[in-house]
Amino acid sequence: MERLDRKHGTLSSLPILTILLISFVAPMLVVAAFSIMPRKVFSLFNIPDLSAYAALLEHGYYRSLLWSLGMAFVSTIILFLISWPLAYGMAKVFRKFTLVITIAVVISLFVSENIRLFGWVLTIMKGGLIEGHLRALTGVGFESPLYNVPIIIFSLVYVYFPFMLFPLAQGISMVPDDARQAAADLGASRWRVLFEIDLPLAAPGIVVGSLLSFVLAAGALAESKILGGQTVIVIADEIETAFTYGQDWPLGSALSMVLIVIIAVLAIYGIAKVDLDAIMGKKAE
Amino acid sequence: MSSETILRLDNIVKRFGDFTAVDGVSLDIYEGEFLTIVGPSGSGKSTLIRLLVGMDELTEGSLWLRGERIDQTPANKRPTCMVFQSLALFPHMSVGQNIEFPLKIRGESAEDRRNRALELMALLRLPEHYYTKGVTQCSGGERQRIALARALAFDPEILFFDEPLSALDFRLRKALEKELKDLHERTGKTFVYITHSLEEAMVMSDRIAIMNAGQFVQIAESDDIYARPNSRFVAEFMGEVNLFGVEGTGSGELHGNGVEIHVNGRADEFGIALAPGKQGTLMVRPEFVKFLSSGETSDFVVRGVLRAEYALGSRIQYKVESADGSNLIVENLREDRYQGHVGDSVILGWDIESTHMIVE
Repeated sequence: MERLDRKHGTLSSLPILTILLISFVAPMLVVAAFSIMPRKVFSLFNIPDLSAYAALLEHGYYRSLLWSLGMAFVSTIILFLISWPLAYGMAKVFRKFTLVITIAVVISLFVSENIRLFGWVLTIMKGGLIEGHLRALTGVGFESPLYNVPIIIFSLVYVYFPFMLFPLAQGISMVPDDARQAAADLGASRWRVLFEIDLPLAAPGIVVGSLLSFVLAAGALAESKILGGQTVIVIADEIETAFTYGQDWPLGSALSMVLIVIIAVLAIYGIAKVDLDAIMGKKAE
Repeated sequence: MSSETILRLDNIVKRFGDFTAVDGVSLDIYEGEFLTIVGPSGSGKSTLIRLLVGMDELTEGSLWLRGERIDQTPANKRPTCMVFQSLALFPHMSVGQNIEFPLKIRGESAEDRRNRALELMALLRLPEHYYTKGVTQCSGGERQRIALARALAFDPEILFFDEPLSALDFRLRKALEKELKDLHERTGKTFVYITHSLEEAMVMSDRIAIMNAGQFVQIAESDDIYARPNSRFVAEFMGEVNLFGVEGTGSGELHGNGVEIHVNGRADEFGIALAPGKQGTLMVRPEFVKFLSSGETSDFVVRGVLRAEYALGSRIQYKVESADGSNLIVENLREDRYQGHVGDSVILGWDIESTHMIVE
């Protein structure tokens, strides 16, 4: 019976497996192959070299990479700090009100990210919704907070909020209430309960939420372009430019590969550290 | 066990909305005693214990530990702790880390913590190499001992237990009941235990408090509560029992329905007298009821038909239907087994000494 189940399982997963191989793995292999082609070629039939990777250092592309990773890192930390209390409430306190929050957060995803970001521009730009009204009413305005690094980080936090919030709430819901109560009963203060019980037991949710937010923020493009006004050039921007205006596929591929490898290492490291089955549901034995 | 009060419950009330879970409970818990609170599910005993350890707040009343009021003190600042029904072990920690947890919170050095943990593991007969084992890999009985060791590491003034044995299988539960009683004697600490199981309470406790509908119905030593319950509820809750409605007829005599009474005016002498016209409930435990041979008589006699026989191990239980249609339960030791068959007409009898009167 079990063998039959396994056979049927394998057979029925074949179509989707094939599609994944073609649509996901194949392009990745092509990108990997292009990354070791000489600069500015459009064919894989060339003698491989590492000139594209060399450009990463020579032409300062590493700075874009550092900006992307740095802003992703900071926004992930901020996301974690602001999502924890809300996620905690959703998992343990709010009961039915949790559904309202879930719907409210999910609805924001119905509107495309670009439109939401332009909405922010109109809201906070000089002469926009806030400053314009303030100046018309009081005569005193303020400089626009747009086009700098903090506003990019703000928009990353805003856009990737759901990707931190939901896994975190899921993670916190797995912390048994009696373990928290027992810790308090044995003398632990609220802070000690947080550090000794909540954080370690919610770790799968923390890792999944942080990985999602970090990976998405590291590859984000629209935030730095629209709200950041390209004050800093992020790595996704460089990759896009290399493939389009630059017409330099090997350079674009090499930049992509570096980003992919960094993120893959982080993801594998993070996932290996926690029991993902705990959050995704147990595998059948 | 001294008679010095360690914890005083003064008219404790807990309401959830309109529902009153604990309804004005007062009790003095004595230093070093093993007190068990027994009650059917929904009687409010779990709510009460949560109030006593500080996990919930009282609606009314007060709680005094050695004369100091503690009902406003949060759980983590109280010198008491509880072994949970679920045990509430920390799944991400090893056996050693679990036991050391309260010591770590107190900021004791790693070496002291380890020594104390190993000491407690030895006390509870957990092998030393379990120190690094994950708690999730331990068996039910081992987990029980780990939870106990962790609570003892905290060194509480009073140790509370919320039905910690209820999830275990029968044999393990029996063994652990005795271990717990033994542990109580060795540590000399005050144990407050709650359970719905009377047997558990009888094996372990110095005193038993019976709880029903948010109130204590009777608080007494376990033998007392078994032999002299103060109400039908307690009598029936404390194991199988035969009850008869009776009425006082004056001059130490009683009149009962379905039972022949030959007390010959001795009711006063044995404390089962009723004023003329007053109703009471006569109680006799199944182990005191005997089968009489024809011609034999006793202080109390019931005639009936043997309907069923059940082997309970060391004892045999019989169900007898009396002439007026009610059922009696009789228990004999196996060696005193009744020599007859189901369907036989039988005469049952018992002595006035083994009879108790309940007046409500």
